[in-house]
Amino acid sequence: MEEGCSCIYSRMASRFSIGLLMILAIVLLMVRVLYVIYRCGKPLPKGVSQSFTTLIVLGSGGHTAEMLSLLSVLRKDRFTPRFYIAAATDNMSLQKARSFEDSVAEKPAVKEASQFMQIYRSREVGQSYVTSVWTTIVAIVHALWLMIRIRPQVILCNGPGTCIPLCVIAFVFKVLGIRWSSIFYVESVARVKKLSLSGLLLYKLRIADQFFVQWPQLHKKYPRAHYVGCLMIEF
Amino acid sequence: MEDRENAKRVVFVTVGTTSFDALVKAVVSEDVKDELQKRGFTHLLIQMGRGIFFPTKCDGADGSLVVDYFTFSSSIADYIRSASLVISHAGSGSIFETLKLGKPLIVVVNEDLMDNHQCELAEALEERKHLYYTRPHTLYQTLKKMELESLVRYTPGDGTPVARIIDRFLGFPDD
Repeated sequence: MEEGCSCIYSRMASRFSIGLLMILAIVLLMVRVLYVIYRCGKPLPKGVSQSFTTLIVLGSGGHTAEMLSLLSVLRKDRFTPRFYIAAATDNMSLQKARSFEDSVAEKPAVKEASQFMQIYRSREVGQSYVTSVWTTIVAIVHALWLMIRIRPQVILCNGPGTCIPLCVIAFVFKVLGIRWSSIFYVESVARVKKLSLSGLLLYKLRIADQFFVQWPQLHKKYPRAHYVGCLMIEF
Repeated sequence: MEDRENAKRVVFVTVGTTSFDALVKAVVSEDVKDELQKRGFTHLLIQMGRGIFFPTKCDGADGSLVVDYFTFSSSIADYIRSASLVISHAGSGSIFETLKLGKPLIVVVNEDLMDNHQCELAEALEERKHLYYTRPHTLYQTLKKMELESLVRYTPGDGTPVARIIDRFLGFPDD
């Protein structure tokens, strides 16, 4: 009788302790997530690093032109090495990025400072939702593989949907302590009154450390963003 | 003939990477061609993308507007540079390419596109008088009433504030 009792007790105790451990783990994770959200948007201490591994997410047409416009005003020695990512179906963007890099390269020796990669998109325009479940899984695994290889410290993006999985993975890396990164999001100049879906997600979930908009109408609606005026510049 | 070559004033029409047959049809309509000629334009060059509507080419031998077209080109900027007026779809790429080169611009919004946030940009830039903004079926009216002299030249933006914010955030000293 007594033996049976103690057996039940010990079983209950072990179940209890497993439950307790799980709750503890969840609480710890939540605390960590909250801490990461709190730390996002806080500037890094002065002189942390001379240069940052930078990931640049390119989109199609207008997006890429805007991104290269932004890159042209950043000091290249501070953002090096640079990794460019574009959708696998987008041939033009990486080509434009290559010619941009060629135009800024001081000498051929430092050419390796930049790399160009393609990423699978989760859903192409017009693709059915059923097949997009599978392609989304492939896209996420591919994004994870690229992020593990690059482990960026700075991410620059301005709106193409491909930046979402990359930024979410970057956030998970922050939570897990794999790599701390600063995410800068510049909403496209084409967005005047409403943010794009990517922009809205990164703003609301506070994944973007610094958020920039190019029209005063948007700044009114999203006060945490910096209003920087139109960035389409000559270079 | 040489005189004509000297006084060459090109209207360049661009639809971007997709198709926009409604725009192509609108620019080659008799009304629009007449109005363009009345305003002293001599050539109409159309980048028609993936469209399936092929306009009739015209060499202008009878004194009418010269009409020519092509599908795609990697150097759209060169065409814009040599044009006296650009009629473009609402893509931000070609809008800013044209504005940066200081060419008068009419933006025609593609009403068939589902996600039509792009007309926001054209609307906002029209408010600032950088361009004219219209739809395919109102292109003629817009041409008729437009005064190219009243357009305000677009001054390219300044990226240094963004660079400064990013640099400070990352702990770099100001230069």
